[in-house]
Amino acid sequence: MSKFQATLRSAVLALGALVFLFPFYYMIIGSLQTKQDASLGGAFPHPSNITGANYSAINDRINLFSGLLNSGIFTAGVLVCTLIFGVLVGYSLAVLQWRGRGVTFALALLVQVVPFQLLIIPLYVLITRTYGLGDNYLGMILPFAINSTAVIIFRQYFLQLPKELFEAARIDGANEFVLLWRIALPLVRPALVTAALLTFIGPWNEFLWPFLITKQASMQPLAVSLANYISNVAATASNPFGATLAGAVVLAAPVVVLFIVFQRYFISTDVGSSVKG
Amino acid sequence: MTTTTGGAETAPSTIAKRRGPRILGKHPLGLLFSAPYLVFVLVVFAYPLVYAVYIAFHDYFFTAPGAVVDRPFVGLANFVDAFTDPDVIRSFGNVGIFLIINVPLTVVLSIVLASGLNKVTHLKAFYRVAYYIPYLTASVAVVAVWLFLFNGSGLVNQILGPLAPSPSWLINSHWAMPSIALFVTWKQMGFYILLYLAALQNVPNELYEAASTDGAGAIRKFFSVTVPGVRPATVLVLLVSTVTGANLFTEPYLLTNGGGPNGASTSPVLLMYQKGIEQGHPDEASAIGVVLVVLVLVIALLQNRFAGGKD
Repeated sequence: MSKFQATLRSAVLALGALVFLFPFYYMIIGSLQTKQDASLGGAFPHPSNITGANYSAINDRINLFSGLLNSGIFTAGVLVCTLIFGVLVGYSLAVLQWRGRGVTFALALLVQVVPFQLLIIPLYVLITRTYGLGDNYLGMILPFAINSTAVIIFRQYFLQLPKELFEAARIDGANEFVLLWRIALPLVRPALVTAALLTFIGPWNEFLWPFLITKQASMQPLAVSLANYISNVAATASNPFGATLAGAVVLAAPVVVLFIVFQRYFISTDVGSSVKG
Repeated sequence: MTTTTGGAETAPSTIAKRRGPRILGKHPLGLLFSAPYLVFVLVVFAYPLVYAVYIAFHDYFFTAPGAVVDRPFVGLANFVDAFTDPDVIRSFGNVGIFLIINVPLTVVLSIVLASGLNKVTHLKAFYRVAYYIPYLTASVAVVAVWLFLFNGSGLVNQILGPLAPSPSWLINSHWAMPSIALFVTWKQMGFYILLYLAALQNVPNELYEAASTDGAGAIRKFFSVTVPGVRPATVLVLLVSTVTGANLFTEPYLLTNGGGPNGASTSPVLLMYQKGIEQGHPDEASAIGVVLVVLVLVIALLQNRFAGGKD
């Protein structure tokens, strides 16, 4: 490997990192500026132009706390359902032999390529009209309740556990719940972290579905209230640039922080295997 | 001692299982464990899928809950209504433009960055985080930054100076759709890089060594070993990026303020929302959705045929 090639590779990778990260840097800087400075110098603002006022400005318009709370409830509901029911399916797909196993696995793969958007009209009719779950956390959670990618990740990990482990435990008289809870689950902790992170970003970032079914501002997750601010209100604010970016920082921060904290448990091959099945 | 008891216990249990009902398999509990998920798939995917097709072929409108109304079968009338609307035709054309820009760019850039990242030893964790962050972040949050980077007096135009398009990117009817395609490429790239990184672990190192002894340079190795080696991943990236493109909604809704200028960046899903929910024609919206899904399926099959090889 020549030195030139190594240098070229580093340059390409560094340029990539710059392109991916700069908008985030600009998001934070912009959220702290008193006055919008779109010039190149604005990317490196003078300390006198730094303020926290944008955060209180956006908070006056869209109540960040209730937005975060709604996003949190929506996301927590999906996480709990996925971690309980997803683990159960993943376990039975990998370890147990039962009729319908193949079909269930095929369904879990198929569901991931069904464009959700085709389903918005019937789901909207069913959930808001038939079940009366508009402006309701249950209605928000239901379409996302069990993340199929997480199911596949759980299955993949349970498959890697040695068969003898389960046979030995069954001979010792352990029932399947004990086996799953005491023996299998502690061994697949990395899968739990990867699947939980992947599941987290779905509802936390989701815009279209909660946008459709929440009409009351007090029920809207942060992504929806921020989007409404961008499309309707921003034009009337004194520093729309700063206030919008402050909202964007609040929306993005939890996911970015979680990922950085847990990224060493997050293994790319998990995600690869999950989609390849 | 232990061996005899072990043997004595297993023998009857296997006999009992053989005698027991085999209809549900060796571990019927598996079905019980999977029941909540199966119900979920049925309620949230299977039934709505059938319902969507039903709506598309009937004269369907919103009613108060519990009201019984006649919804006659109307054949293809909803499809005719939807596709005689020039906006609908245009939105499908827009997705075409989107896919032509987004899909090749995604495949080429993510394969190059992933193979670079695969060989690097320093700063690997940093690069991984950096590349993945746009994918993790809510569209709504990053759209806010792009709005300001690409507006008339934004940073991008300041840097480009006289080269900046006028009117600016997102309000220019030629540049609106390509800008959205670039945005989505940038945002989703981290996920595809991750897929390629996983696939690269399966390309045997001996192939690179053999290519080296045959005198192949870095570029030759990339095209003769890496690209064929990650072909299953490429098929997957083609499929996922096509489905993502067909699902486009948030970006035209927010970046170009509802598919502007003058419908130059509307997407079929945006029209499904406007027609189905804002204007109360769920039947036409479903017809658009059905056609969209059929088109995606056809594209996916073609991709599989030409890029899939034996996989």
